[in-house]
Amino acid sequence: MHGLFNRSIQNFVCDTYGSAVWEASARHANLDFIEFEAMLEYDDAITPAILDAVSKTVERPRVDVMEDIGTYLVSHPRFEGTRRLLRFGGVNFEDFLHSLDDLADRARLALSDLHLPRIELRDHVDGHFSLICEAPVAGYGHVMMGVLRVMADDYGALALLEHTGGGQGIETVSVTLVKTDFSEGRRFDLGARAS
Amino acid sequence: MLVSAPVLDVLCPMHLVLSATGHIIHAGPTAQKLCLNADLLGQRFLEVFDIKRPRAIVSMADLHKTRDLKLHLELRDPPRTAFKGIMVPVGDAGNHTVVNLSFGISIVDGVRDFSLSNADFAATDLAIEMLYLVEAKTAAMEASRKLNLRLQGAKIAAEEQAFTDTLTGLKNRRALDTVLKRMVKGTACFGVMNIDLDYFKEVNDTLGHAAGDHVLQIVAQIMVSETRKTDTVARVGGDEFTIVLPEVRNGNLMRRVGRRIIDRLEEPIAFNGQDCRISASIGTVWIGEEDQSSMEDVLSNADVALYASKHAGRSRQTVYTPALRKRAPNMARAERRQGPDAQ
Repeated sequence: MHGLFNRSIQNFVCDTYGSAVWEASARHANLDFIEFEAMLEYDDAITPAILDAVSKTVERPRVDVMEDIGTYLVSHPRFEGTRRLLRFGGVNFEDFLHSLDDLADRARLALSDLHLPRIELRDHVDGHFSLICEAPVAGYGHVMMGVLRVMADDYGALALLEHTGGGQGIETVSVTLVKTDFSEGRRFDLGARAS
Repeated sequence: MLVSAPVLDVLCPMHLVLSATGHIIHAGPTAQKLCLNADLLGQRFLEVFDIKRPRAIVSMADLHKTRDLKLHLELRDPPRTAFKGIMVPVGDAGNHTVVNLSFGISIVDGVRDFSLSNADFAATDLAIEMLYLVEAKTAAMEASRKLNLRLQGAKIAAEEQAFTDTLTGLKNRRALDTVLKRMVKGTACFGVMNIDLDYFKEVNDTLGHAAGDHVLQIVAQIMVSETRKTDTVARVGGDEFTIVLPEVRNGNLMRRVGRRIIDRLEEPIAFNGQDCRISASIGTVWIGEEDQSSMEDVLSNADVALYASKHAGRSRQTVYTPALRKRAPNMARAERRQGPDAQ
């Protein structure tokens, strides 16, 4: 698993609960280190182990923790870059939803060894969508829920999200787009200098 | 015109249509944003843009004559943005010209300077992908750069904790301290030799540091080959060495080892066709089973003996006896060697 995933979990826990909680989680997961390197590769088994350890340490269900991670990744000021990169996908929320099909390929353009789980958008009638997510780590659909919630807000769209279950490495998130211009949304300045 | 202006506006939002006189008679929606203070329409194309290549284009006649349809141009007004352009004559008589513009590599600045958004580019244009890549790669490079810095820090820390002298491959002072501390705590007898090279400074001064480094490496080989595997040979300063010899029953063995080392060090060492000649002074101390000396005592006694060797004319070995202390100045090797690592 690419170090970016694990490092994101670490950053989330440190920024949300503090480094003491992170160190305790790392101990629970039997890591013999506490710092993940974003640019290194780690054993696949480490990611679910650390997620379970965090869940136990902060006493919250793992799926809730995973949704919070998704929210954190696109809303924390430290990750402004992630939000910006996602905004490149489309001019409105629906456009953005469709661009998720290309997310894995886009990520690989930037980092050839980064394999994001594949996502496929099914377009039903009347603003109903299903997001079919590959879930190499159980609960990945919940991470996407967190991401989508923030991004809908960012585009100023009102959307209802529901994790409709999954199995065998596939999870589905149902998206109902109620209003595309619910609020102003956040400005996306294409030419802003990356900080 | 085969293709109407509304079609061009969608396909090439950064295009301009020029009249025969070189006036801009139509501008695509994105092209219109390039002129920050005024309307592009009605202005002379060559007064708005400076043609960089092909060279020496000053009039529309020049432009019409050129066979090269590819243009490199620049806004005459600030921010003097550079563009790539392609020019196609249109109309029955070819009296109109369509120029399609692209930011090329100035895309990052261009998008900022003219406050452009996704909608300002044709859906087939790779500009957005380009911007995406620039940001994603910058973020990835920054993460890699930070990793490199951390790895470099870890490397320096590891070197500081290392027990090896990088030039000679011998043990260093830290390793020596560790070994000696263990020896003085134990009850077995052992020996310590402090060795200073003689005339080494002359080699360095006359033949250069490369020769000096070569000599030190040969010296290290000699010391290792003249001692046992269980002995510890350490370089503790520029031309200062210490050897710890465990399980030495008396001083005789050490006298023989010291003699052999001096004899071999006095053999000329060849470097780039020159002979480097050095020797060594040795101070030796033997610690018996009942001896309670501290590590500092042992090293200090070895220094007293070393000083006696130097005082007696160098190139010799002295075994420590308490009587030597009376003649030696109260100055240990470690004190003579102020800032040894500065060498």
